[in-house]
Amino acid sequence: MNICIKNGRLIDPANQRDGVHNIYIASGKIQSIGRSPNGFVAKQTIDATGKLVMPGFVDLGASLREPGYEQKASIKSETRAAVAGGYTAVCCLPNTKPVLDTPAVVQLILDKAELAGFAKVLPLGALTVGLKGDTLSEMYALKKAGCVAVSQAPNNNLTSQTLRRALQYASSHDLLVVLKPEDVSIKDNGCVHDGAMSSKLGLAGIPASAETVAVAQIIQLAEETQARVHLSGISSAKSVTMLARAKFANIAISADVHAHQLHLTELDVGTFDANYHTSPPLRTFEDRDALRAAVAQSIISVSSGHQPHEEAAKQAPFPSTEAGISSLETVLPLMLRLVDEGLLDINQVVDRLSLAPATTLGLDMGSLGKGSLANVCIVDPDAVWQLTSKTWRSRGQNTPFFGQQMKGQVTHTLVDGRIVFKN
Amino acid sequence: MSSSKHPASTSFKAPDSSSLQLNDQGKLRHFLTTDGLSKQVLTEIMDVAESFSGVSEQAVKKVPLLRGKTIANLFFENSTRTRTTFDLAAKRLSADVINLNIATSATTKGESILDTIRNLEAMQVDMFIVRHADSGAAHFIARHVAPHISVINAGDGRHAHPTQAMLDMFTIRRVKKDFKRLKVAIIGDILHSRVARSQIHALNTLGVQEVRVIAPKTLLPSDTNSLGVHVYGDLKTGLDDVDVVIMLRLQRERMGAALLPSEHEYFECFGLTEERLSYAKPEVCVMHPGPINRGVEMDAAVADGPNSVILQQVTNGIATRMAVMALTLGHYAAGKPS
Repeated sequence: MNICIKNGRLIDPANQRDGVHNIYIASGKIQSIGRSPNGFVAKQTIDATGKLVMPGFVDLGASLREPGYEQKASIKSETRAAVAGGYTAVCCLPNTKPVLDTPAVVQLILDKAELAGFAKVLPLGALTVGLKGDTLSEMYALKKAGCVAVSQAPNNNLTSQTLRRALQYASSHDLLVVLKPEDVSIKDNGCVHDGAMSSKLGLAGIPASAETVAVAQIIQLAEETQARVHLSGISSAKSVTMLARAKFANIAISADVHAHQLHLTELDVGTFDANYHTSPPLRTFEDRDALRAAVAQSIISVSSGHQPHEEAAKQAPFPSTEAGISSLETVLPLMLRLVDEGLLDINQVVDRLSLAPATTLGLDMGSLGKGSLANVCIVDPDAVWQLTSKTWRSRGQNTPFFGQQMKGQVTHTLVDGRIVFKN
Repeated sequence: MSSSKHPASTSFKAPDSSSLQLNDQGKLRHFLTTDGLSKQVLTEIMDVAESFSGVSEQAVKKVPLLRGKTIANLFFENSTRTRTTFDLAAKRLSADVINLNIATSATTKGESILDTIRNLEAMQVDMFIVRHADSGAAHFIARHVAPHISVINAGDGRHAHPTQAMLDMFTIRRVKKDFKRLKVAIIGDILHSRVARSQIHALNTLGVQEVRVIAPKTLLPSDTNSLGVHVYGDLKTGLDDVDVVIMLRLQRERMGAALLPSEHEYFECFGLTEERLSYAKPEVCVMHPGPINRGVEMDAAVADGPNSVILQQVTNGIATRMAVMALTLGHYAAGKPS
């Protein structure tokens, strides 16, 4: 279908565009920017006056829960939530049941995603069989079946030797490896940041070293094996320092932070509020500010860390609740708060949410140049709205942000030239 | 994010401990933690306990205060002595008591805590006494019970054990009369101790001069000072000029988790002997929540010595728990058992 997006402010860091341009879409692709192509007749015109037109966001790691955990969510429900949040492609973690470690599961997920018809799903294949950490998965087969990377997330239960070999093997197939930096023996049974709040509430703490020890180990192994590595969801200031040094030394390592980590801290746990039970844990103001600076300086990109849960998963005493926030629908408004505060400009937001993750994955996404697939998100930056369960799409109601006022709302999302979300 | 601009997580948070524990009139409704409760509330508990302490010495050890009330002891974690004293306290108030040892029943069959609670509510229970291995369990249950039901925390994870702390405060008040000039040292496994956390809050609220903790770093929570204590690494300086010494129980598991080398070395460094007790004031009182590991935390000579008030703690535990039960169920008015 031929679509014209009129009068919007196009923000496309990949092509260094920021200005009012009309966009002409046909056959799922961007045919032209600015001037109408010869003989172009728009079947549909979207008036984007006063709105921002941006490449659709690419998420580096969401749990979609299917197959195996349909009591929490489904590919359909979560890809629908994704497009409502401006995402047009979402990497799904391999912690499904069965684990995403065979081409059959990859195919199942891709089929379900296509059938749902919302955001694209980019599978992260399991790095080891069953994510158990002993035997390498058939990474070549997974790659052929459509995996964009391999990952051990959300576990990090590998010995240093297995991790080293897994990185070597993945890099011989030129596969990106996505890892959650977490030393499980230091983490132990911790459930919140090891600090004033854990001491006060008597909750087992997770010290920053549970992350920094793993970050240091992974950086060393990435350098030695020359593998491409991405760290998923960092939470501490010291990790930022190490990553900045690694980048300076040209080690092929990237990282992201979950958007809510740029806002929340350990104090938000309050009196055992399980909606603030996250993994990695919410840390200190100093950590939060260092992470914000790292996003501003382009040391790290931003991901959702989307973890939808059923109600029962959060209905227990704090340490027995499951960690995670359902977050695909709150990333953009949380990032726009940082723009409001003058920490980022809108071009940087678009880069950290779409171009930077696409670059990490080595995929031709996150750009709205002529000839690109028309994966587009249109946002009304001035819309003020209240986040409530009424308009919430994710099946996971586990967000601490319900009831809050948000600014900036997605009005349209297009995936390959199809309007898949309209508000 | 400026928190004033986006009242992020403040306006929609679960209520804090004190507002959850008090009713509209500022009276105790649940007793979950000593943290956040006023000096007035803590003092009232001790005053009421004082008035109950005579009951146990009567020939008929009962008052009819809670006749017709049903109290459920919900122990998700094993306990003998705490459960027994709650049991006795309830019976001396004439309540009906049911004991559920859930560690070996419903939840192991997959029933959630909320289902267990709902079932007991349907049996018209008026009060839950809760012990659970998870920090925050009593708060969780208090947030979900029907409005007429009270919850008393009998120990949740490492978080709080407020009735133990209050019986300790009651014991200290009986011996020392006033909290104002007291220096109190708590010795041992602060990190894992719900008793210590509740004691620290209560002592500070009641206005003692200083609370000290004495322990190796592996048994201290991070940022220990933020709890309102001074940290000491050895008994000699830590016990200097102290009025009250509170020993904590050392669990055997700590040796397995690489937190301590051995019980022997622990006793060498932190065990309370008569000689070490002499660093404190002569009239120092020695406390322990029990059960004592003799020769690990303290010498038998100290445990049974003239400064020890350990058995008084046990006796006072019943009156204190009677007080908390009567107060939370609203059956204590005008300073007297009605």
